[in-house]
Amino acid sequence: MDFTPHTPADVERLLASLGLEDPADLFAHLPPGVRLQRDLDVPAPMAEATLMDALASLAARNADLVCFAGGGIYDHHLPPVVRALTLRPEFVTSYTPYQSEVSQGVLQALFEYQSMVAAITGLPVANASLYDGATAALEAVNLAVAATRRRALWVSRGLSPRTREVVATFARARDFTVVEHPLVDGRTVWERSAEPAPALVLVAQPNYLGYIEDYAAARAAAADAGALLAAAVDPMLLGVLRSPGSAGCDLALGEGQPLGSPPAFGGPGLGLFAGTAALLHRMPGRLVGRTVDGEGRVAYTLTLRAREQDIRREKASSNICTNQSLNAVAAAVHLAWLGPGGLAEVGRQSVQKAHYLAARLCRLPGARLAAAAPFAREFCLHLPADPATVVAAMAERGYLAGIPVPDDYPEVPGGLLVAVTERRTRAELDGYVAALEEVLRHG
Amino acid sequence: MAEPGGRAASSPLVGGATEPTLAALSVPGRRAWSMPELDVPPTPLDLPEANGEAPPLPEVSERDLVAHFTRLAQRNFAVDLGAYPLGSCTMKYNPKVCDWAAELPGFRDLHPATPAAQSQGALAVLFEAERVLCEITGMARATFQPPAGASGELTGLLIMRAFHRAEGNPRSKVIIPDSAHGTNPASVSLAGYQAVPVPSNHRGMVDLDSLRRLVDADVAGLMLTNPNTLGLFEEEIESIAAVLHAAGALVYYDGANLNAVLGIARPGDMGFDIVHSNLHKTFATPHGGGGPGAGPVAVVEHLAPYLPGPLPARRPDGTLGWEMPPASIGRVHGSHGNFLVVVRALTYMLALGGPGLRRVAERSVLNARYLQSLITAEYDPAFPAPCMHEFVASAARLKRETGTRALDVAKALLDLGFHAPTMYFPLIVEEALMVEPTETESPETLEALAAALLAVAGRARQDPGTAHDHPRRTPVSRPDEARAARKPVLTWFMEEA
Repeated sequence: MDFTPHTPADVERLLASLGLEDPADLFAHLPPGVRLQRDLDVPAPMAEATLMDALASLAARNADLVCFAGGGIYDHHLPPVVRALTLRPEFVTSYTPYQSEVSQGVLQALFEYQSMVAAITGLPVANASLYDGATAALEAVNLAVAATRRRALWVSRGLSPRTREVVATFARARDFTVVEHPLVDGRTVWERSAEPAPALVLVAQPNYLGYIEDYAAARAAAADAGALLAAAVDPMLLGVLRSPGSAGCDLALGEGQPLGSPPAFGGPGLGLFAGTAALLHRMPGRLVGRTVDGEGRVAYTLTLRAREQDIRREKASSNICTNQSLNAVAAAVHLAWLGPGGLAEVGRQSVQKAHYLAARLCRLPGARLAAAAPFAREFCLHLPADPATVVAAMAERGYLAGIPVPDDYPEVPGGLLVAVTERRTRAELDGYVAALEEVLRHG
Repeated sequence: MAEPGGRAASSPLVGGATEPTLAALSVPGRRAWSMPELDVPPTPLDLPEANGEAPPLPEVSERDLVAHFTRLAQRNFAVDLGAYPLGSCTMKYNPKVCDWAAELPGFRDLHPATPAAQSQGALAVLFEAERVLCEITGMARATFQPPAGASGELTGLLIMRAFHRAEGNPRSKVIIPDSAHGTNPASVSLAGYQAVPVPSNHRGMVDLDSLRRLVDADVAGLMLTNPNTLGLFEEEIESIAAVLHAAGALVYYDGANLNAVLGIARPGDMGFDIVHSNLHKTFATPHGGGGPGAGPVAVVEHLAPYLPGPLPARRPDGTLGWEMPPASIGRVHGSHGNFLVVVRALTYMLALGGPGLRRVAERSVLNARYLQSLITAEYDPAFPAPCMHEFVASAARLKRETGTRALDVAKALLDLGFHAPTMYFPLIVEEALMVEPTETESPETLEALAAALLAVAGRARQDPGTAHDHPRRTPVSRPDEARAARKPVLTWFMEEA
């Protein structure tokens, strides 16, 4: 295929106007040693219909399973109106809205996104998105280190292993000390080691195993240590669980995929990030502000730009430039579609169905919950079999049974993390129980 | 002042009018959502940390929601509407077949925790895209985890640090040209290195003598864009790489401008060790109003052990699985990166093949050079060397003679039907206008854009007073940036306060 509009005559005319004859002349000034003297060894060009067949057959090699996996990425109902509006070319094919005058649509949509993230997190300031939940945690660490001039972190082991790995990648390079605080009976116990003093206390609500953490304990640990407190939240539960802002957190972050984006093999997702007014000038990423134009009309623009890399360079609050704007627009549409009632109902139904499923599963021989602590929409199940083997056998029966809890959790050896959304019907829940019973019986 | 709720009317009927926020449209009790009734017996739950009251989200009908966002869309320019000559951003046309591929349910609805046996198609996408990207860049292995260019930079720098640490000393400095993108120094700081600028010479390229003086045993590497941010090919790139390598340092390729050399010259053959590329620039994946992008990082063979993982790997039985590189720096993304962006990019690469990729480079350079030649009467090339896929012109002469700045030129263009070029970048060029037409614009479009640029200059010379009035035909005129920053209103809650 060819997406350039030039006819052979066009090429000839343009080259001639430049005093050139052949397209290769355009590169005559490149040193010969770096010029590629052969064709690229890549597949031959494909016509559109052939290409579509090839991609469709690749996509078909991914199994369509009934999803009980979570870990930050959830299979909620995605209203068609979200895709219909978000996939408009004006949103999809525009650049970062640096030219405010011709970018009012994206700017206002992001302003509304910021407003609704502030609404659900209970914090006054939200940015215009980060990459994903894990990298949002990295940004929180970077912010807290800069704000407190300390180089240690207290991280709950209830934070997703993936997120802890991303934080560890960054911490290793910068020689930050990461102190992991254990889960006991499903919840974090904050061990008060005096040194080194932490910049940040990082808790997940609910935690990776699905249990609901005690905000007050995390708040007290942070306050005693003089550290900032950040909570990684599940946005779909913020209609039923209290907001991190109301619980005294300085920062809220999280994987925002369930708001408006499909699972997409984990990306593009959405990095949620919100904070207190005191941290405004340390926020990473873009912020959209409301102002007026020369005629006094309401106008939106990127603001507080002096934090950003293209202005502040090596002293910027973050290196982020491209973010996840389109996913943020999708989140705005989805949050407005849900409204306060829908967000509460999606949370309520997910929690109810998770408890229904957990109770049924616990009747299977040898299966039990990993801890007695209260959970929300995800839970960790102890099984009398290797979870990875169980997941493989369940996949044969059409279910993505969950996520085998990594070895990283000696607290729950042999655990299977099971997630439930409002989208799972009773028939699917009962079918899952029957399939698992069969798998466990036949080994 | 509260706008009336439930406003399914626009005035004027199409485009232009100020659109109220969703908060202003909200009416208590109105709703768009629906959900099946709970079909399991409800359990009395006494959850700790329960929410006392529902979050203060707007309450609107689906009809209002659609009208609202459709009107917002109409207040936004996009490359689907016309030329977008924004230098360094590569705003080319994004083929619709790529969007189609990303919407295939097998890709779109796949959970990242799906076992390898049930996600062979997704693994194949990553495996094949890695192979094609490595061939294009002349590298050995690549990771698609970095979700954007800046994330790719940080990843590359962490690989650099891990490599040097394994050699016994992580070193402390990274050299970047004074014309570099802002993300380069910001990423250097984030990776714990000190950014050391190297000046450009009178030809707009890295000054080799200055570079030699800067390179010592404490330099971890050099970050370079080639073609550089002035749109010029670094003709001494082989010597530059040799200087760094002689000191045991690495050379990092910022792929922002890879579009210009597809199939023409490969970073690996230029001496680069680490390459990030921006799929949302070079490989035509749409920018989404600022993202998502993807910033895969490719490396030479001896750095492959440090790549983030896991990476797709072919297993003895022919299927694909995941494998962690032995000395991996660890994860840089919670899942596998911006996978759907990779699907789009692979679709684009497969559509074009080798000849098509080379044609992209040729025509992007042809278009830039042609456009530059059409406007030199008013806008001087910043440097004399032939430009690649973009060029930096200076409006300094126009400013001196009429008081019209690069900013005024850019804003006036908006009224003449063209998106503005990038302004005031790179920082080393006075009154810089950085123009990247891309290969997907026709000669007629380039001629019309040149005519518009010349018309702006012509009007400025005739009547210098009018230069600051633009834009006037856009939904809003220049916003009061100072007010936005002085008293930030970042949410509609702040508005009420």
